[in-house]
Formats: sequence, C-alpha cells, structure tokens
Amino acid sequence: MNTTEQFRALGTILYKEIHRFMRIWMQTLIPPAIMIMLYFVIFGTLIGKRIGQMGGFDYVQFMIPGLIMMSVISNSYSNVVSSFFGQKFSRSIEELLITPLPHYLILLGWVLGGVARGLVVGAIVTFVSLWFYDLTVDNWPLCIFVVISTSVLFSLGGFLNALFAESFDDISIIPTFIMQPLIYLGGVFYSIQLLPSFWQTISLANPILYMINAFRFSILGSSDLEALGFSIYSALGMIVFFIVLFSSICLWLLNKGRGIRT
Amino acid sequence: MKALSISNLKKEYQGGVQALKGINLQVDEGDFFALLGPNGAGKSTTIGVISSLVTKTSGQVKILDIDIDENHSLAKKKLGVVGQEVNFNQFEKVGDIIRNQAGYYGLGFRKSKENAKYYMKKLDIWDKRNEQARKLSGGMKRRVMVAKALVNNPELLILDEPTAGVDIELRRSLWDFLTEINNNGTSIILTTHYLEEAERLCRNIAIIDSGEIVENTSMQELLTRLEEETFIFDLVKPINELPDVNEFEVVLENPRRIKVTLAKDQGLNTVFKKLSEFGIEISSMRNETGRLEELFLELVEPTLKEKEQ
Repeated sequence: MNTTEQFRALGTILYKEIHRFMRIWMQTLIPPAIMIMLYFVIFGTLIGKRIGQMGGFDYVQFMIPGLIMMSVISNSYSNVVSSFFGQKFSRSIEELLITPLPHYLILLGWVLGGVARGLVVGAIVTFVSLWFYDLTVDNWPLCIFVVISTSVLFSLGGFLNALFAESFDDISIIPTFIMQPLIYLGGVFYSIQLLPSFWQTISLANPILYMINAFRFSILGSSDLEALGFSIYSALGMIVFFIVLFSSICLWLLNKGRGIRT
Repeated sequence: MKALSISNLKKEYQGGVQALKGINLQVDEGDFFALLGPNGAGKSTTIGVISSLVTKTSGQVKILDIDIDENHSLAKKKLGVVGQEVNFNQFEKVGDIIRNQAGYYGLGFRKSKENAKYYMKKLDIWDKRNEQARKLSGGMKRRVMVAKALVNNPELLILDEPTAGVDIELRRSLWDFLTEINNNGTSIILTTHYLEEAERLCRNIAIIDSGEIVENTSMQELLTRLEEETFIFDLVKPINELPDVNEFEVVLENPRRIKVTLAKDQGLNTVFKKLSEFGIEISSMRNETGRLEELFLELVEPTLKEKEQ
C-alpha cells in the first residue's frame, strides 16, 4: 500500500471507531458525565467545603485535574479493549486481516479511536467541571501533551488486554482489579503528602500517580511531584517510555498473530 | 500466470494436529476451481493460510505470482475472500460495512462508494443499504459477504461454502452471478458441500483429504472416470411393470419415470432400442445429478470409514 492508501485505510478505521462510540453515546459519553457530576456534588461541594484546602488549593480545584484524567484513562482503555475484543468475538477482525493493511495501521487506528473517545469524554468532564469551578490552565502545551500521551498509553493498554482476552470476563478483570485501585490511589482525591511515609513510598510505585500529578501540575502549576523531589520531566519520560514499550509489545504480538490468528 | 500457487504447504496446530501435510496446488488465472473435501480435511485451513487468518508452519503461497511472504501487501490487494461464517459487525449498516471494507484496501471515499453501490445493486441488497446487518436474513447476509469480498475488485476470489444454508433461489442467483464475474476474468476458488454446485460451476477440481490433495484434475476428466452413469427417463405412457432386460440396470421410480444405469462403455442406443422393443416411449431424459458425489465418496471413503471406526 502506498502512503495515500495507508492514510485512507487509517481514516476508515478511525471513522469506524468514532462512529461506533458516537452511535452508542448513551453508553459511552453520558455515564462518565453523570458520574463526574456526582463526584463534584458529593465530594466537591458537600464534603469538599468541610475539607477546605488540599495541596494548597480549594478541594474542588484540586480534584478537577484528577477527575479529568481519571475519565480520560478509563475511557481510552475501555474503548479500545471493548471494541477490539468485540471485533475478535464477532470475527469481524477477519475483515481487516484479509486486507493488505499493515499491523501498525491496525494498532494506530484503534489507538487513535481510544484517544478520540478519551478526549471527547475529557472535554465533557472539563465542561461539567466549569459549572463547579472557574478553571484556568497554567501550561497549555504541557496539559495537551500529558492528556494525549496518557490517552495513547491507556489505549495501548486496552489493545494489549484485548489481544489476550478470550472472554468478556477477561476484558473487565484488569480495569476492575488493577486500574481502578491504581487510579483511586493515584492521588485523584487526595495529596499523597497526607500519607505516612511508608504509604507515600508505596504510592510512588503507582505509575498513574505520575500522570495525574503531571496533569495537575500543567493546570494548577503545582503538584505532589516537586514536593516529593521528582521533576515533571521524569513523569513525562515515564509516559513516553511506557508508550514505546507497549507499542513494541503490541506490534510484536500482532505480528505473531497472538489472539487474532490460529 | 497462476492465480494461485501453493507449494509444500504445511500447518501443524498446537498439540501436534497436522491439518495440512505439505499440499501442492496450482490454479490457473481465469479458472473456476473447486476445492472439495470432507469436514476437517483442511479446506478452511488452506483458505485461512492464503488469506492470513491462519499462520502456516511452512511452505509457499503465491497469489497471481506474488509471494504472500515477500510482498504481502500487493498479494492481498488481489484477493477477495468470502468466509464460511458471517464475519462483520452486525450492528453496522449494510452500506457502511461494504464501504469500510473498500476503505481498508486504501480506496478513496468516492471510489469506495461507487464500488459498494455497484456490488450492492448487482447482489440485490441496495435497498437494504441503510438497514442494520443483524436485521437481514441469512441469505441476505451471505450477499453482504460476497459484496464485501468483491468491493476491491479482486483478481482472485475465494469462497468458502458460500451457499451453505441458503435457499435454492438465492443459490441459483449466486451461481449466475459467480459465473458472470468469472466470465469477466476473475479467478474463483470455491469450496462447497454441494457437489452439484461444483459440478455445475467449476472447470477444475482438487479433492483434499486428511491434509493431503488426493485428486487434482479437470472436472471433465474426473467425471469420465465414472465406471457407470445413471440416466432418468420420463415416459410418455405410464407403466406398471419393468421390462425384463439384462443389458443394463433399470429401476421403476414411479409409473412415469425409470432410472437406467449403464456401464461406461455402453451406448445409449442400446437403451432406446430395448425400451422401444417393449413399447416404452420416452418423453425426456437427463443425467442423474450427483455423479461427482459418487466419485467423491470413492476417493474419500477410506478416511470416512476410519473416522466411523
């Protein structure tokens, strides 16, 4: 396939993916907006007023970057894992495998689909948060880089999960038992500086903590990372490292035919 | 040029099951080729390897003289495949399914739309283009699969049991359509359990059994190997008793129809002469279908018996 044909093929996958989650917007776009609104009402407005300040900011203001990131992460992941596994399950993945499409385009198409959903949901959550707090962004380029790269990383994670999944149970195990705890313990709702030093050290092993704090830094201009002696660049470097690692693994598995060929 | 060339193709599944034991197969460009075999013989595995759905253990596959390992992309551009089972997202609209398939081949939006429209009209599914595929009947879904496989105008079309479970009307309209595209130059490889279908459509044939090609010849040549042939005669006047003949075998199917089985070296003139001696007038005659079936069973019988045991 020449470059033009590759772009057209990639465009087709991306169109199909966006069309898929837009077609079922009641399942894909509305629930995160409602959930986030409840978080703001309960934790931000009702409980938040009693909490007062967190990390030097109003509690609602502190929570907003974490909640946006939480939505981006979970939606990017779930979009790719459910869509790709669905294609495997219905055997419609064969539509792609019999074509001249190179594997990297298949991967890229799904990842871009996951990023598209992550960003749409992230935008909805941001819009909802504006009802509760007058949000300003401290560093736009950093903010855009962190949100897109994190979305790419979790889309790749979803793809990896889908390649190994053999049943619908397999696509819910990792989000439920690994991702959710890591997100909730990654500093969405609290500053890890509040934790005893032992738990602080344990928390530092959670990669999602760095992503949420890098995003918080880009919006608020401050986060737990510097307070704990980490540079923002270490967080960015880690995201890029995992993107390269996950992409390589996904491509290797696709070339081997893991989960898609017999 | 060969539409398909397979050399020493082997496939061993995990657990040591040898699905293909080094098959060799050549299909000429423009041919209408039948690949037959009992269940589990290796037909679908062969098609799977050609279409990249199955990873081969060893061997070489060339599509229109292009090695699928050396120039995967170019080889696949020339191929269209209709799988055995429905393999599209049934929640999508028919038109989207077919247009998207064209897009995966790198066709532009306008060309994709144009090709999709052409094949949807040809296969009588144009009126269904805005319907969700899951709402279609089984036969209609088959048509969608054929349109999808053709939307990139492939030079080689492989159909894995395309008429399984569809009604006679659709089967016949699909036969006419396949004959038309074959006449227009598309090489076709067909696997089917309806041997009548293969006998009617295909010029050349290969029979695969237990992962090996046990026969590969022209349909004509294969059929001439029949030791005997059966004809159906419709009679002008009904008869109640069979004439007493020794030269050939006669069976009274009903008062107006007899079935005559002749040895290969016997002429039909003997039959006509003998029947007229008994005052039996014939209004029409035809071959009994299923000649290929007899040969097929003869070729794969040892394996079938083995499986039964």
